[in-house]
Amino acid sequence: MKKTLAAGAALCVALSGCGGGGPRGGGDSKLTGDKIVLGVLNDQSATYAQLSGKNSVEAVKMAIEDFKAKYGDKAVTKNITVESADHQNKPDVANTRASEMYDRLGVDAILDVPTSSAALKVADVAKAQKKLYFNISGATTDLTGKSCNKYTFHYAYDTAMLANGTGTAATQAGAKNWYIVYPDYAFGQDMEKSFKAAITKGGGTVVASDPTPFPNDNFSTFLLKAPTLNPKPDVLGTMQAGADLVNVVKQYNEFKLRDKGVGLAVGLMFLTDIHSLTPDALAGTTFTDAWYWNFDAENRAWADKFSARTGGQRPTFAHAANYSAAMQYLEAVQAAGTDDADAVVKQLEGKKVNDFFLRNGEFRAADHRVLHDAYLAKVKPGSEVKEPWDYEQIVKTIPAQDAFRAPSADCKL
Amino acid sequence: MGFLTQTFNGLVGGSFYALLALGLAVIFGMLRVVNFAHGAFYMLGAFGAYVLLAEAGISFWWALLAVPVVLGLLGILLERTLIRRLSALDPLYNFLLTFGLTLMLQDVVKSRYGSQSNPYGAPAGLRGTVDLGLFDFPAYRVFVFGVAVLLCVGVWWLLTRTRVGTVVRAATERPELTRALGIDVGRWIAPVFGFGVALAALAGVLAAPMRAVNPLMGADLIIGVFAVVVIGGLGSVFGSVAAGFGIGLLQAWSEAYGPGLLAQTLIFLVMALVLLFRPAGLFGREELPT
Repeated sequence: MKKTLAAGAALCVALSGCGGGGPRGGGDSKLTGDKIVLGVLNDQSATYAQLSGKNSVEAVKMAIEDFKAKYGDKAVTKNITVESADHQNKPDVANTRASEMYDRLGVDAILDVPTSSAALKVADVAKAQKKLYFNISGATTDLTGKSCNKYTFHYAYDTAMLANGTGTAATQAGAKNWYIVYPDYAFGQDMEKSFKAAITKGGGTVVASDPTPFPNDNFSTFLLKAPTLNPKPDVLGTMQAGADLVNVVKQYNEFKLRDKGVGLAVGLMFLTDIHSLTPDALAGTTFTDAWYWNFDAENRAWADKFSARTGGQRPTFAHAANYSAAMQYLEAVQAAGTDDADAVVKQLEGKKVNDFFLRNGEFRAADHRVLHDAYLAKVKPGSEVKEPWDYEQIVKTIPAQDAFRAPSADCKL
Repeated sequence: MGFLTQTFNGLVGGSFYALLALGLAVIFGMLRVVNFAHGAFYMLGAFGAYVLLAEAGISFWWALLAVPVVLGLLGILLERTLIRRLSALDPLYNFLLTFGLTLMLQDVVKSRYGSQSNPYGAPAGLRGTVDLGLFDFPAYRVFVFGVAVLLCVGVWWLLTRTRVGTVVRAATERPELTRALGIDVGRWIAPVFGFGVALAALAGVLAAPMRAVNPLMGADLIIGVFAVVVIGGLGSVFGSVAAGFGIGLLQAWSEAYGPGLLAQTLIFLVMALVLLFRPAGLFGREELPT
């Protein structure tokens, strides 16, 4: 079979006229299969399904529709489709699904991929296959560090950005002494390191820092310990995510730490986390957001369109970033006139852009970190919430150039 | 003072282990079934409380009463329709059955309520802290501890001081002989299973105000509970309860004063040691020949 194919291909080259109608004018023939396929690979059933999941597939569909509407007949192709798969947050599943997407389903670019370990695996696949990959929900800085590669862009956030925002900003705002608890696995350890560095940089001190089991439903020991530390911490910094974060916050309130003078800062929090905890449980909590739906009219307009298609859910930054990345990719293909990955990367590298997600955005050429404004946010108390999902008060915009770390020496593109 | 607080805190944490291990032990004793679905019933208990509040406005107190009763009845139904059919076979079959049930229950809840955690707060009267003389502690946690102790003592009383308890104990140790004495052992199997399920459901309702209510909350916890049961001795009611509180204590102490790695592996470390030196568990006995 393989032999026959190879022979056929050789014949094709010799006759140089395979595939039906022969050579066509314009740029359309430069697309493989005369179409563009986007692949959304993420968690569609477990912890991260709500914050991204199937609604990110919907966001990418919105981008495709908007792209077609914008360019009409001038679009590089009208045949743009989406494939999606559930990687169950498992690196090996992510590996298989990503290969399948690029190889068998003809996917030109993979989007999303939460869970750092899975995110890194897909970066390896993208590198090997020389196909594009926009990581959105993964947090690890290794994507633009030792695992960086020509075909991978890290789009929405990373642990350094979170630490920079929450750690530095909160320390400068007066929270000098920190007690950090972090889940004892790659993400948590990475967060703890980044936060420690950022807090020290901001002039603060980390009084103590404790690893916790993962997953864990009982944080009471650490919460009892917090106010007894010497010096007493001004703030408890939790690096937990998902259900573990819910446990920490519920129990933080039970032990009345705020009344005992220990504030709360959360390393990574999504809009959906606030929704499930209720704003009252988190009122006053500081965190860094990559984008907020109710920040201004432009964000809100997109959020309205998104909510109309998702049964009223307001978008998290991951949903917005999936739309934005899909759109930026399609625009780059349009500009390059081809879906050839090297040509698209050339279009993107160093490009400065502004869309509703990428404010003052730049595709940094040195390490493929996508820079954009970030936001220091505070959770509103329930009494100030004016409509469903109206949970955040943006305290400060962190300019794109300050929000992310400098390119790492570990990254060699 | 810090030490006393942490000690009490450990007992509160152990309350959940004890309640869940108690149910597992009672079920194993009577049915010789390792009920893997125990964690799923705990999860259903917490979801029951959440759903009653969110969709019918029914308070925590009524949920604490109603949810265990309803799920206990469901347990009886389950025993009658499924578990009983496999009881003559290798116990492994019922283990697989309950494991399959766990996956199904988790997925049903997930498809209806999503994988995100759901909000549930402590009942109004228990939101503050109480002064226990030597230290303050969240009122709700003191309440949970009280309920757990009361239930453990209650079950002990049932088993040792009532006729039903005598029958159950007899049926646990010598089912053939008990039958020969004219006692209908089969009659008691389903109610005992239902009772064990009700205990898990009650632990779930108790957990709702202080833990994340999501479809996987039981799956994460049950592994630890199995370790507790093994430490206490499979089927030993007293052993399960003692091991539950004991592990809670050791966990709190090691988290507060030991290195992080110790706290995370402690429960399995203890289990490994117990299996090495006392394979039947701390309070267990070698199976009697039948």
